[in-house]
Amino acid sequence: MAGAALYDSEQSAHGDAASGYDPNYVPDSVKSFVVHMYRHIREKNVYEIHQMYETSFQSISDRFFKDTPWPSVEAVAPYVDNDHVFCLLYREMWYRHLYARHSPTLKQRIDSWDNYCNLFQVVLHGVVNMQLPNQWLWDMVDEFVYQFQSFCQYRAKMKSKTEQEIALLRQPDQAWNVYGVLNYLQALVEKSMIIQILEQEKEGLEQFTATDGYDYNGGSNVLKVLGYFSMIGLLRVHCLLGDYHTGLKCILPIDISQQGVYTSVIGSHITTVYHYGFANLMLRRYAEAIREFNKILLYIFKTKQYHQKSPQYEQILKKNEQMYALLAVSLSLCPQVKLVDETVNSQLREKYGEKMLRMQRYDDDAFALYDELFSYACPKFITPSAPSYEEPLVNYNQDAYRLQLKLFLYEVKQQQLLSGIRTFLNVYSTISIVKLASYMEVDEHTLRTILMTYKHKMHSVDADGKIVSNSDINFYIDDDMVHVMESKAAKRHGDYFLRQIVKLEGIITDIDRVKLE
Amino acid sequence: MGREITNTTSNQKPQSEMSYTVEQLVAVNPYNPDILPDLENYVNEQVSSQTYSLNANLCLLRLYQFEPERMSTQIVARILIKALMAMPAPDFSLCLFLIPERVQMEEQFKTLIVLSHYLETARFRQFWDEAAKSRHILEVVPGFEQAVQAYAIHVLSITYQKVPRSVLAEAINIEGLALDKFIEHHVTNSGWAIEKNQSKGQLILLPRNEFNSPELKKSSADGIPLEHITRILPILG
Repeated sequence: MAGAALYDSEQSAHGDAASGYDPNYVPDSVKSFVVHMYRHIREKNVYEIHQMYETSFQSISDRFFKDTPWPSVEAVAPYVDNDHVFCLLYREMWYRHLYARHSPTLKQRIDSWDNYCNLFQVVLHGVVNMQLPNQWLWDMVDEFVYQFQSFCQYRAKMKSKTEQEIALLRQPDQAWNVYGVLNYLQALVEKSMIIQILEQEKEGLEQFTATDGYDYNGGSNVLKVLGYFSMIGLLRVHCLLGDYHTGLKCILPIDISQQGVYTSVIGSHITTVYHYGFANLMLRRYAEAIREFNKILLYIFKTKQYHQKSPQYEQILKKNEQMYALLAVSLSLCPQVKLVDETVNSQLREKYGEKMLRMQRYDDDAFALYDELFSYACPKFITPSAPSYEEPLVNYNQDAYRLQLKLFLYEVKQQQLLSGIRTFLNVYSTISIVKLASYMEVDEHTLRTILMTYKHKMHSVDADGKIVSNSDINFYIDDDMVHVMESKAAKRHGDYFLRQIVKLEGIITDIDRVKLE
Repeated sequence: MGREITNTTSNQKPQSEMSYTVEQLVAVNPYNPDILPDLENYVNEQVSSQTYSLNANLCLLRLYQFEPERMSTQIVARILIKALMAMPAPDFSLCLFLIPERVQMEEQFKTLIVLSHYLETARFRQFWDEAAKSRHILEVVPGFEQAVQAYAIHVLSITYQKVPRSVLAEAINIEGLALDKFIEHHVTNSGWAIEKNQSKGQLILLPRNEFNSPELKKSSADGIPLEHITRILPILG
């Protein structure tokens, strides 16, 4: 942190004696890194690029650049023929490293924006013939959205701004403007034709998912895959803005119930499902949220160990915990435990079992828990508009979060009597309205409204406008009697046979491959 | 099946030919501030022609969110009333998520939020009382009452097989002769039936659907989506 304060942007070009950082000094390991990386990129050696990107960049960062930024792009440019595109890529990593380890100055934030613009312009309009690892392309989109979010948070903290910072902020500048951010992502989606590609793939006219987005015919994967990940970037930005409906619309081309390129990078897999699940939770599509959280939590549980050395490991664990919290919230509102795998369920009980019991009571303590879990697990909401620069300067960085929290708790409040009703409906097959009302300690009229509320809240409207039941209990009212139906667990025979057929075919292919001498 | 869905939307027809261009505008320019006036006009058009487009309205609220100084609270109020009319869809909340809290503090929005609360918790008696007091806000939008009645019938239809006449009357705020006519209309058009109950008067039989008759629920687990079958097509072939 101290390093960040000392590393003032105004002097960045000349280094800063106090921090011992000389942006023009290029250690041998960096020289070798850029030279090799440049060569691998020219030779389209995705495997080597990925190794250097994932491993070497981290280890060099850890050894030489723990407290300082990497050497300036000007200093390394001579080693890579001053290659324009390579320099843009280098700077993208340079800023990412800076953001991860220091707090960037306003000048640096703006410069990083400019670099993204230049990079995306090249991809959108130039002829890029590179083949880059999905991991790297995902990180670009992910970081772009992160830096936007970070900028909005930073700008909203008006109280601690210096006069220079405010003067710079007031200048009409496009840096991290919400329109710019959305339009770049949208442009990548459109220009890449990814939506059409995914459509054609369904008809077998195109290969994208089967090759994880890579192009083995000498073409470039950069625009296509950036376009693909930009759909997920748009989902995330819209969630940050509280626009869940539009967010979900942006990833409609991706079939979330299947594997896809989004599952080829763990970070993108988690980001997609986290925001997808969250948006569904806010849209009251509880069963859908529960299903997808369950699936990814099980996946993380099984594969966690392979990511221990990954730079994303901490982030994976954090999102894992947040999604357990969101699952706890979803299940408290809609107790469809049968949708949850045994392993995930036991993890959930361990983490939130006691809290979930308390959340069923819907008293002040329960609301405090809903508040706590939501606040812990929700996205970092942002206010996209520029502040009023007139005195007095106020912080508004919490406004967006407070609004979403308030509206969510409002929803919880509307459902507060449903948990009591559940307890009784679970133990009766028929019960009269009068009797149920006396158990619930309400009058008959109120009881009828509670039962209707239950029905309304446990039914959602899906993307096509169809009514979908999320109901854990099925009942109906006949005049003044409530009839409860026993819900049977559905067995998925069809799916089981399909999987076995595919498996058998795989085995037969393997056997065929074995040539008998 | 699906009766209640068509009922809900019947009061707000899908976009007409005329509005097709605005829909296109939104599809091509989802993040373009220049279309803001078009979208505002489109809200008024939706009000007068009793049509509805959530996508266009969310797009407008998004532009207001990006440039709060351009926001027209009159337009926002109209969007919110249209969103209430779209229940049981969660459109009203979707809109509120995008409207700054200080705007929501305004009297007319507070009223709409209370109305939404009553509908969300099926407290129709309170809803109609409150709506009567707020006529000046609601009467701008034609079709409001019918849309709420359609929603009420939707909720009754997923809850009841047989609903007492008094419960129906309260939910749709119609009584006496008008109610007789209303029921008669639905007997003819929507498959309702009337059953006389000696002790308490009429019972209305609502058509069976998978939500009020769980045994009708098609076990979706038994079906296999076509995409899954396609995975084994190469093997079968």
